[in-house]
Amino acid sequence: MNKARSIRPDLQLIADLVAPGTRVLDIGCADGELLDHLVHEKGINGRGIEISQDGVNRCVARGLSVIQGDADNDLAEYPDQSFDTVILSRTLQAVRQPRTVLLELLRIGKRAIVTIPNFGQWHVRMSLLTRGRMPVTKALHRTWYNTENIHFCTILDLHDLIEAEDINLLEFVPHQKDGRRLKMGLKRANLFADQALYLLEK
Amino acid sequence: MTNEDINSIRLFQEDPLTLDGGETLSPVDVAFETYGDLAPDGDNAILICHALTGDQYVASPHPGTGKPGWWARLVGPGKLIDTEKYFVICSNVLGSCMGTTGPAATDPNTKEPWGTRFPVITIRDMVRVQAALMDALNVRKLLMVIGGSMGGMQVLEWLATYPERLHSACVIASAARHTAQNIAFHEVGRQAVMADPNWNQGRYYGSDASPAKGLAVARMTAHITYLSEDALTHKFGRNLQEREAVTFGFDADFQVESYLRHQGSTFVDRFDANSYLYITRAMDYLDIPGRFDGRLADAFIGARDVRCCVISFTSDWLYPTLENKRIVHALNAAGVPVSFAEIDAAFGHDSFLLDVPEMDEMLAGFLSTATQSYQPPEAQNE
Repeated sequence: MNKARSIRPDLQLIADLVAPGTRVLDIGCADGELLDHLVHEKGINGRGIEISQDGVNRCVARGLSVIQGDADNDLAEYPDQSFDTVILSRTLQAVRQPRTVLLELLRIGKRAIVTIPNFGQWHVRMSLLTRGRMPVTKALHRTWYNTENIHFCTILDLHDLIEAEDINLLEFVPHQKDGRRLKMGLKRANLFADQALYLLEK
Repeated sequence: MTNEDINSIRLFQEDPLTLDGGETLSPVDVAFETYGDLAPDGDNAILICHALTGDQYVASPHPGTGKPGWWARLVGPGKLIDTEKYFVICSNVLGSCMGTTGPAATDPNTKEPWGTRFPVITIRDMVRVQAALMDALNVRKLLMVIGGSMGGMQVLEWLATYPERLHSACVIASAARHTAQNIAFHEVGRQAVMADPNWNQGRYYGSDASPAKGLAVARMTAHITYLSEDALTHKFGRNLQEREAVTFGFDADFQVESYLRHQGSTFVDRFDANSYLYITRAMDYLDIPGRFDGRLADAFIGARDVRCCVISFTSDWLYPTLENKRIVHALNAAGVPVSFAEIDAAFGHDSFLLDVPEMDEMLAGFLSTATQSYQPPEAQNE
């Protein structure tokens, strides 16, 4: 693969898990950076869902097929297993029904790639412990009353849900915001990782 | 205006047009305008479909009223749909009254105007005529078909009927079926026309009296559905029309009354009452999912290679976002590549005809990437 198009390092971690020529749905695709990369570098048949009008227009200007909508409202209409991979990148914490959405991802996709900001990270824990207020960090930069993130979870929390729903965890990649992978056990990752990537299958 | 002023072509002379209703029409005159030139490899043709009371003058002045083309804002040299680059076609729909065969045309069997003996037509019948026009113009495949409102319904029928002849399709503020409310409003309009004694069962051609009053009322009612409450309030509020106080009578005291009366009276000068009956009927009969046991997605199975774009407007209550999203979900379920946005615009259904920069941005992005990705059929064979 050529290096002509480099993308955000955490998006590259996702891209590495997508097989060439497959059908991919990117939910919360923003300006289409990842989708565009996958279309051009891996020849995927890609679709996107994005909530903002500006994001949709940017995607359309890249030639991508993106509909304005969100994970809570727009997944029900997709047929079962209509995608090889469904991507939900740093969005699970912003949906109204995270469990329902997670199960929907695995209904419409054979596999799902989910990434989450880790609320169990020590910066966040320290911030709550020392300041006694809801943490505002670089990754979680809005205050509690105006954040779009309404269902925070830690790495361990998502592991619990995955286990409770009998979902197969094919890959777990705790990593820093710059995309650097952390090679450590679950509990340590929960303390040190900025975010985590999950490759899931039902 | 005489017929010589109108560009038209006579089609279905040997093989008649078979209509959804079972009847046949032969011949069919199609009035149309083109802008720009068809490229040697035929890869730059865009068909624009007009709305209920629209016409073929999308980018040039209406010969009757002298008003600029109805989408001249977007279509023309150097504009979003650049006629120096694209070959743009717009034809008057079947059943209308700007030169295409409709109820005001002469029935070749009786040599009299058709009137209400004209067969009832459908949106798909309109599209069949457009497809025949494309053949006559040597356009095998369209780079894009685009339309708003009833124009969007025609785009949907193109997708359902001739998907292999499309590279891309854009549906704006439209629906794949008419709802009970849509039908109800149209019925009010038709009853207004038919209640006018001058309508005379549709036999008013050649007489001095036409059902202008009934048609004006129909237009006034319809016009309200094209605007939003906010738009009406913003534009008129309760402002009085050139007077200091209400008159305790039934003159047009309010500006909004005067505006609607003006809309009604200018409309009757350019539109035929029977055409209004036939075209509103065609829209009411539209039920694409109904042809597929309620599964709209099945209508679009053949369109998997057509790039689609659907746009709705927040303030449109005639063809609201919900109806447009039904189209999007069906296209998605059929595996058709589709983009969609609900654009924040305050003008109601008519937003598609007005200055809405977010719509322009989306259309510009969609058209330019559709153009880049288009390989005409000839080039693929090489």
